[in-house]
Amino acid sequence: MNKVVWGLVLLLIVLHQDVWFWTDERLVFGFLPIGLAWHMGISIGASITWFLATKYCWPADDDTQATAGGAA
Amino acid sequence: MIQLWIIGGYLALLLLLGFGASRFGRGTSSDYMLASHSIGPILLLLSLFGTTMTAFALVGSTGEAFKRGVGVYGMLASSSGIIHSLCFFVLGVPLWKLGQKYGYRTQVQFFRDRLDSDRIGLVLFPVLVALVIPYLLIGVMSAGLFINVVTQGRVVAGDEGPTVQNATFAEGTFPSFLESGYATEAGSKGGVPRHLASLVICGVVLTYVFFGGMRGTAWANGFQTMVFMVLGLVMFYILTQKLGGESGFFANLQKLSASIPPEKLTRSGISTSKFLTYMFVPLSVGMFPHLFQHWLTAKSANSFKLAVVVHPIFIMIVWVPCILLGVWAAGALVNVPPPIAAEPNKVLAFMVKSTGMPVLAGLLTAGVLAAIMSSLDSQFLCLGTMFTEDVMLHYGGRDRYTDAQHIWTARAFIIAIVALTYFFSLFDPRGVFTLGVWCFSGFASLFPLALAAVYWRGLTKWGAYATVLTAIGTWFYLFRASGYADDEAYAIPVTLGETTFEVMPVAVMVLASTVAMLVVSFITPKPKAETLAKFFPGSV
Repeated sequence: MNKVVWGLVLLLIVLHQDVWFWTDERLVFGFLPIGLAWHMGISIGASITWFLATKYCWPADDDTQATAGGAA
Repeated sequence: MIQLWIIGGYLALLLLLGFGASRFGRGTSSDYMLASHSIGPILLLLSLFGTTMTAFALVGSTGEAFKRGVGVYGMLASSSGIIHSLCFFVLGVPLWKLGQKYGYRTQVQFFRDRLDSDRIGLVLFPVLVALVIPYLLIGVMSAGLFINVVTQGRVVAGDEGPTVQNATFAEGTFPSFLESGYATEAGSKGGVPRHLASLVICGVVLTYVFFGGMRGTAWANGFQTMVFMVLGLVMFYILTQKLGGESGFFANLQKLSASIPPEKLTRSGISTSKFLTYMFVPLSVGMFPHLFQHWLTAKSANSFKLAVVVHPIFIMIVWVPCILLGVWAAGALVNVPPPIAAEPNKVLAFMVKSTGMPVLAGLLTAGVLAAIMSSLDSQFLCLGTMFTEDVMLHYGGRDRYTDAQHIWTARAFIIAIVALTYFFSLFDPRGVFTLGVWCFSGFASLFPLALAAVYWRGLTKWGAYATVLTAIGTWFYLFRASGYADDEAYAIPVTLGETTFEVMPVAVMVLASTVAMLVVSFITPKPKAETLAKFFPGSV
């Protein structure tokens, strides 16, 4: 799963460079420029990917609690 | 005048919050600087988000979308959704753990320890402070501009020169150096003079940071983040209804978007290579000293999870309305006068004012100020912490000062930094977006150092020196080449074969600092075994 999540991060970076909508003037639902709509999708995709990262790639010792003033 | 009362009331509320937080404080330097590591997931999310969203996100994004179109969202917002959370995940959590284990309060303490080099602090401290100042400047400048524009009257040309109608303040209310020509192009035009408004904002932030410390800052950030998100959405709804003129919200959205000039609907004016290399800019989050300090306030490693997941969605909620307002302002339904169009930083304030509803203008100004101040406070506090920890206590001796002296020195340094920033803000204002990109680019060029310090055993102290000096050297060289941000479209031409690509300066800076770090680290003596054992216990 770890590799899948990091693969999704890379995929998002690739999809971010959406040359296919570069000069597309269409409006989604009649008001949202398609380039903007695509990048809103990237934002939602990022949130989902980071949710998966926190679920499957979170460091094993994640229950560490703070001590007042740090340990030093 | 009503909007001024609302703005004043909001600022008074923040002061109360700062005083309230100080009553919950424990009176120790750890509490003043790191809120005793007591910040849970929700407050951490709100404070991290509020800190990263500033005038750049509201005032700058609207102005830039007005100028360049919807592509601005992809250039910085959606990329930040990927990269910011990445930084929280790959740097925030491990640095929080190291901070817990070894008691760090600042980045410089971490790097001194990790690189086993006392003098790295002498290089890193001035570089970090120098890069934070333009960031502060963006906030101070924008707050002053915004308050001035929403309280201005209307300038009418006449036989005896321009006059101001519906002014909040008559000519002569303030000293002439503040009114700057009153009805002229650069004048206050009957509003609160820009420099006075900036001074008030500095004073308010300074006061609640002064008394509330990190606890007050985190509370104020959480509160202000909610304020600017809610008021931002309210502003979007009301402006849509007012500008569209139809009865239904959806009909207004469609009508306004139909008026967007074709070139603003696409990225035809933005080169693909420039767009791609903008992706390096959000890496700055990995090296922001104020964010490092916020990371250390977390109660547990798990507190980061919510921030990592929700941050991209919060960015979308704030940026999309601003981008739409910006491109609508470029259309025929919003009549942006040429003087405002020439200064895109003023577009959002102009639109708010154009509603003709002073109560709304006051509330929305409070929302914008909330976004600005929620970054300024963390930056002020962080600089105070850095000075006391990295300079005073480090060189003066930790046992020589009491905790109270420690806190008061931090406060004194904060006042000095606020005064310096305010002084710089008195000069010719630059574009918020451009200045922001330059500031972030400087921090992004230091990102390889943060990443290598956490994950690469081969990083040497000489490699770190090379990274910092190369980063700041290339940053200054390119910043100067851009006319100190005067050339807003500045990019570096890179020719491959017969094609020339425009590349953002940040890409060159990151590449240069990475190469310097790798080359110098490979040819200089490796770190001590005990240092590696301390930071990479599982792999020695």
